[in-house]
Amino acid sequence: MTATKKDIISRLQKDILLWQGFTPPPSGTAGFVGLGPVEAAFPNGVFPTGAIHEFLSPEPEQAAASGGFIGGLLNGLMQHGGACLWIGVGRTLFPPALKTFGVEPDRIIFIDLHREKDVLWAMEEALKCEGLAAVIGELREISFTQSRRLQLAVEQSRVTGFILRSDPRKLSTTACTARWKITPLPSELEGDMPGIGFPRWNVELLKVRNGNPGNWKMEWSAGRFMEVQENVGEEVLVVEERMAG
Amino acid sequence: MHKRFVAIWFRHLTTDWLALKRPALQHLPFVFAAKDHSRLIIMAANRLAEAQGVFPGMAAADAKAIIPDLQVIDDIPGQAAKLLKALGEWCIRYTPIIAVDLPDGLILDVSGCTQLWGGEQAYLQDIVKRLRSKGYDVRAAMADTIGAAWAIARFGRVTPVIESGGQATALLPLPPAALRLQPAVVQRLQKLGLYQVSSFISMPRSVLRRRFGEDLLLKLSQALGREEEIIQPLVLIEPYHERLPCLEPISTAAGISIAIQRLLENLCKRLMEEGKGLRTAILKCYRVDGRIEQAEIGTNRATCNVHHLFRLFELKIAAIEPALGIELFTLEAPKVEAVSPLQEALWAGKPGLDDLGVAELLDRLAGKVGADAIHRYLPDEHYWPERSIKAAASIREKPAIPWRSDRPRPVRLLARPEPVEVTAPIPDYPPMLFIYKGKRHAVKKADGPERIEREWWLEEGDHRDYYNVEDEEGQRYWLFRSGHYEGEQGNKWFLHGFFA
Repeated sequence: MTATKKDIISRLQKDILLWQGFTPPPSGTAGFVGLGPVEAAFPNGVFPTGAIHEFLSPEPEQAAASGGFIGGLLNGLMQHGGACLWIGVGRTLFPPALKTFGVEPDRIIFIDLHREKDVLWAMEEALKCEGLAAVIGELREISFTQSRRLQLAVEQSRVTGFILRSDPRKLSTTACTARWKITPLPSELEGDMPGIGFPRWNVELLKVRNGNPGNWKMEWSAGRFMEVQENVGEEVLVVEERMAG
Repeated sequence: MHKRFVAIWFRHLTTDWLALKRPALQHLPFVFAAKDHSRLIIMAANRLAEAQGVFPGMAAADAKAIIPDLQVIDDIPGQAAKLLKALGEWCIRYTPIIAVDLPDGLILDVSGCTQLWGGEQAYLQDIVKRLRSKGYDVRAAMADTIGAAWAIARFGRVTPVIESGGQATALLPLPPAALRLQPAVVQRLQKLGLYQVSSFISMPRSVLRRRFGEDLLLKLSQALGREEEIIQPLVLIEPYHERLPCLEPISTAAGISIAIQRLLENLCKRLMEEGKGLRTAILKCYRVDGRIEQAEIGTNRATCNVHHLFRLFELKIAAIEPALGIELFTLEAPKVEAVSPLQEALWAGKPGLDDLGVAELLDRLAGKVGADAIHRYLPDEHYWPERSIKAAASIREKPAIPWRSDRPRPVRLLARPEPVEVTAPIPDYPPMLFIYKGKRHAVKKADGPERIEREWWLEEGDHRDYYNVEDEEGQRYWLFRSGHYEGEQGNKWFLHGFFA
């Protein structure tokens, strides 16, 4: 009896996801952005493409961390070719740095505008273009209506959109699928080596539609995301894995 | 800039044309004749007929008496003007400004064009040689003024190229007819024994005006270059050009968009048939009040996709001011490139910069926010961070050198390094702490220095010693000291970027 109930519930959950625009991904696509344990937090256990992700980055340091994190995600999204648009006002992103995250910086087209309104317009136009792998927009703030327009655009084209909110005064509801906050963490090196280690972040998934928010410590090393384990025993394991990679 | 003009004189324009068209006539004397009241008057005679004493203006019957086997052909009105226009369009290879000089000549404004042909002599020779090889009997001359060039082309005996400023001397021995005067004035001059320009050129102006009228003075000063002469240049029609006249003036946005749609459909149909695509298009709206409203679009890739081009124009409709209404729309495509339909089929499925959709998106963005807002970067061979990237010239340009990833570079780079206050323990050691925007950051980990020299052949200044530092919160920065260590006070430290 309980088994059938579980079946019914899981089927209903799948139906709800379907109605909300989450088509079950084709098998074998899981893990392609390489987020490891974070992906379990998403519906169906797959990083949602064709959706809008927002990143809160009030400080320039966080904006840099978010930029790096998005670079890592783009690495997965642009694996099979594809171009990407980076739209913003007063852009500070330095293209060569993206090479560290496995993205060819010449495949990114930068649109440098003067007004926030133009950024929204350009972003909506770009999100309708199916030939793009991803569109990144740097905005101070976004309202619910604006985010809904973007969400509607991606539902047609299946392009992934990222919004970097640099001035999130009040965390109002948006139509975005996920809300992230990436803050830098002190890097660690093997033993007591001098210098600075691989980029390490505290990845907070504050909101995710139909998923489970969570908090992870991630590191970008050897060209992929690694989860940093808290206890010492498993830290060694990660290090070994890194050396192998 | 110094003006130079070339006058080309077609001595037997219409007869040469007919001889080219009907080679059988080439070795026969023939004339064009038109009815004047009840007589046939000769309008043009070919070289053979002229050699035997038949000239335009004679009655055809008299000419027949001189040459019994003379062919008399009906004159075609307006043929000379048509021929001159066509020849003028052909001459666009020599200069962009060409005027038709009825009834038998062309005027070319060649200012600044001659050096491309290796000098004025060679330039003129090329024109004459080419036209003669086509079968036209031409004479041409070059001078500072239209009047002088015209006169030398028809009456000159010495040299066809008149040195700059030499038109007065060159005109002196010529007959008065060389000044483009009315036949009556020429007759009167001859009656008075003034057979050469030199015999009356030094007469007082008031005397000339009283006896021969204002026209002689005007023509004289134009030929000498004292007065400017305006010519009406031929306007060449763009090869890809569509017109849409409207019965009623159009003054609504909906009307304009329908007009654009129709023009584009016609133009694109033609382009598609010829395997071409357009790169730029100009829409001109001729308003009732005589003003012309213009909208221009450009594309990244040659296209003949009506839908896409219409969307580009759609962004511009708001800027078109119809006022009382628009009565004529024209659409030109000045820049057209060959486009292979096969290639498009290949691109359609392939994502990336080659994707057609991306190119179309960029066209739309460029149309709205301007092409200067769109950037794409390629690596450049410089170590100096600001110069290590360069803007790509086109969307298809590939990087010439690989992107470097051996040196750490920040994700965010400040356009202008910001000064920070720093405490560094020993010379050339990374700082212990720094204050950025009033906040104290204690440095826990650091890497460096990486010295980057300023490129002395480009600019002068100090080198930079870059350090990657990490503060106690784990935030990573890119700091540099400008120049060498100079003790406690003299150092200039800057924050240049943020690492991920």
